[in-house]
Amino acid sequence: MSHLLEVKNLSVAFPTEDGLVQATDDLSFHVDLGETLAIVGESGSGKSVSSMAIMGLHNPKSTQISGQVLISSLGHSTDVVTASSEEVRRLRGGTVSMIFQDPMSALHPYFTIGNQISEAWLLHNDGTKADARKKAIEMLDLVGISDASNRVDAYPHQFSGGMRQRVMIAMALVNHPKILIADEPTTALDVTVQAQILKLLKDMQHEFNMAVILITHDLGVVAEVADRVNVMYAGRLVEEGSVNEIYKNPVHPYTIGLLASVPRVDQAHGTRLKTIPGQPPSLISLPGGCAFEPRCEFAKFVPGNLCKTTRPQVEEKHTGHLARCHLSAAEIKAHQ
Amino acid sequence: MLKYISKRVFYAFVMLFVLSMVVYLIFGLVPIDPAKLSCGTHCNPVVVEANRHRLGLDIPLWHQWWNFIMGLFQGRTYGEGAAMIHCPAPAFGYSFPNNACVTEVMAGAFPFTFTLAVGAFILWMTIGISFGILAARKKGTYIDRLSTAFVLIGSSLPIFILGLLIYITAFLLHLIDPITQGTWVSPLSDPIGFFRNFIFAWITLALAYAAIYTRLTRSNVIETSTEDYIRTARAKGVAERDVLYRHNLRTALAPLITNAGLDFGGLLGGAIITERVFQLPGLGYMSIKAVLRDYDLPLIMGTTLLAAAFFIFFNLIVDIAYAYLDPRVRLN
Ligand SMILES: Nc1ncnc2c1ncn2[C@@H]1O[C@H](COP(=O)(O)OP(=O)(O)OP(=O)(O)O)[C@@H](O)[C@H]1O
Ligand code: SF4
Ligand SMILES: [Mg+2]
Repeated sequence: MSHLLEVKNLSVAFPTEDGLVQATDDLSFHVDLGETLAIVGESGSGKSVSSMAIMGLHNPKSTQISGQVLISSLGHSTDVVTASSEEVRRLRGGTVSMIFQDPMSALHPYFTIGNQISEAWLLHNDGTKADARKKAIEMLDLVGISDASNRVDAYPHQFSGGMRQRVMIAMALVNHPKILIADEPTTALDVTVQAQILKLLKDMQHEFNMAVILITHDLGVVAEVADRVNVMYAGRLVEEGSVNEIYKNPVHPYTIGLLASVPRVDQAHGTRLKTIPGQPPSLISLPGGCAFEPRCEFAKFVPGNLCKTTRPQVEEKHTGHLARCHLSAAEIKAHQ
Repeated sequence: MLKYISKRVFYAFVMLFVLSMVVYLIFGLVPIDPAKLSCGTHCNPVVVEANRHRLGLDIPLWHQWWNFIMGLFQGRTYGEGAAMIHCPAPAFGYSFPNNACVTEVMAGAFPFTFTLAVGAFILWMTIGISFGILAARKKGTYIDRLSTAFVLIGSSLPIFILGLLIYITAFLLHLIDPITQGTWVSPLSDPIGFFRNFIFAWITLALAYAAIYTRLTRSNVIETSTEDYIRTARAKGVAERDVLYRHNLRTALAPLITNAGLDFGGLLGGAIITERVFQLPGLGYMSIKAVLRDYDLPLIMGTTLLAAAFFIFFNLIVDIAYAYLDPRVRLN
């Protein structure tokens, strides 16, 4: 059976004056209806670039994209990478929607929020403006905006950040998409509001039965809401598995380092949080070997110069638990 | 919104009021004596003093200013008996070199200036905005480079050189007749003659201004295209065309209103060089004559104040238009 979304060997590169920026490299993963996939990784690891590629939002003139992004809808699958721009446009906001990090700037300042939600509905449905407005009020109500029938005529600047993110969610869901990509939807918000927005996303997922791809820096959030996790490093997928597996049995040195840098409830008092030394590499002309090699504490356990010379492939380390490392799960465990 | 507008209107009037004082003060201090100038070459002190009294210049400056303000509303009468001159409201004073009330002189010149400004404005807005949008859409292509060249030439070539080049070209092609050029032709009775009078002046001004508007439009459209809300529009499935025309241009062109309003308001005060080159007896031509040849102080003062009034008025229009467009301004 085909997956709702299947990304196969996706590479996204930007030609720049300094050279080719390989922002996403040979990325493969999938998502199914009803599940939440979290994508984590340091800033610049290619999380946004790959989700923009899923939406077909890259400018084809200034971007080199290869691989496949297969979206199944109504029994037939479309490859976003090769489909016509009109086909992709119909998918966007219909089958697959996206919300962004900064709700302050993601809404058009000159249009009322009702107008902006209505526009999204009218783009994918036949109906009058009055229908669209009714739909907008209904959605605003659903995402928890009180007095929706009046607030529908308000402008974005009259709303707080949390409210605007609710509006963004209402707009993204107005056409009942199958996939919702949320790119750091709470990073720009107050801590108290963050929890509310996450809960809203969870509620909406149940309401509309969709797949959610949640991009985040916050591993605490991942543990709470995600079913599976993709860990990315330097544009590559380094580990993928269920939340449980990844947190209990991380098998990639980068994931291990990432988890050690997060405060945990079960940690003994006084243990110092570890950070991963060094910086992520430049995405221009990455070395031939493992991208994490310069910062990896486990590289010394790999015989020869393998980590430096040979790029590791994604392998299944446990059932349904993938990682891109020359060491086996047992070897990692032995040296931890 | 109404409160906002009435506040702006009030400020505009205050500004005009203060400005009239400043202008009066400055012209009261310049070493030109209108009374002496009014009585020609064979002149004796008695006549000068009589004229001074007739013109109301023998009283303190503040009082003169007050008479001036009152004259704007009530009209003014200079002298008595047979030598009496009456200027109906709004009276800006009396111009001896023209033997006419300043208001009358300005009213005669205004149609030229107004026609020149309106025609040039329509031309440069159309050229500037379309070229700017095109260059932004085709960023990096030869069309974009062409626009850069246009901007560079248009904004660096002094307007009198541009104007002369166009004038000479038109003259050599027998499209301009220096004898009849600049006499008012009604657009209703002779539309072709009317256009012949203005078309080259329009082109001159429009080219100079269009360069600025091309640059502004291009950079605003490109800058707006990187905004998050443009990405949002694409993400919800808006077609590229509508992303540009509905979402991008709305914000990209709004700041141009400021430039457009002030440039147009400024031009209504007279386009000195263009009017001079194309022999159009508008406000600009008239004021330069008043300054350089006639030392016609009342006329200079009148044109200065009129130009300032246009500028302030269009400032007001800009503020209101901006509030109308941008809810963040309107609702604050
Ligand atoms: N249009 C572009 N041209 C050139 N480089 C780009 C472009 N867009 C993104 N990049 C580069 O691609 C890399 C990956 O960027 P991306 O936005 O996907 O990171 P991210 O994982 O989302 O990070 P963050 O957590 O900070 O959002 C970055 O190094 C970025 O500088
Ligand atoms: S391949 Fe080598 S360098 Fe890369 S993560 Fe594994 S051990 Fe570390
Ligand atoms: Mg990002």
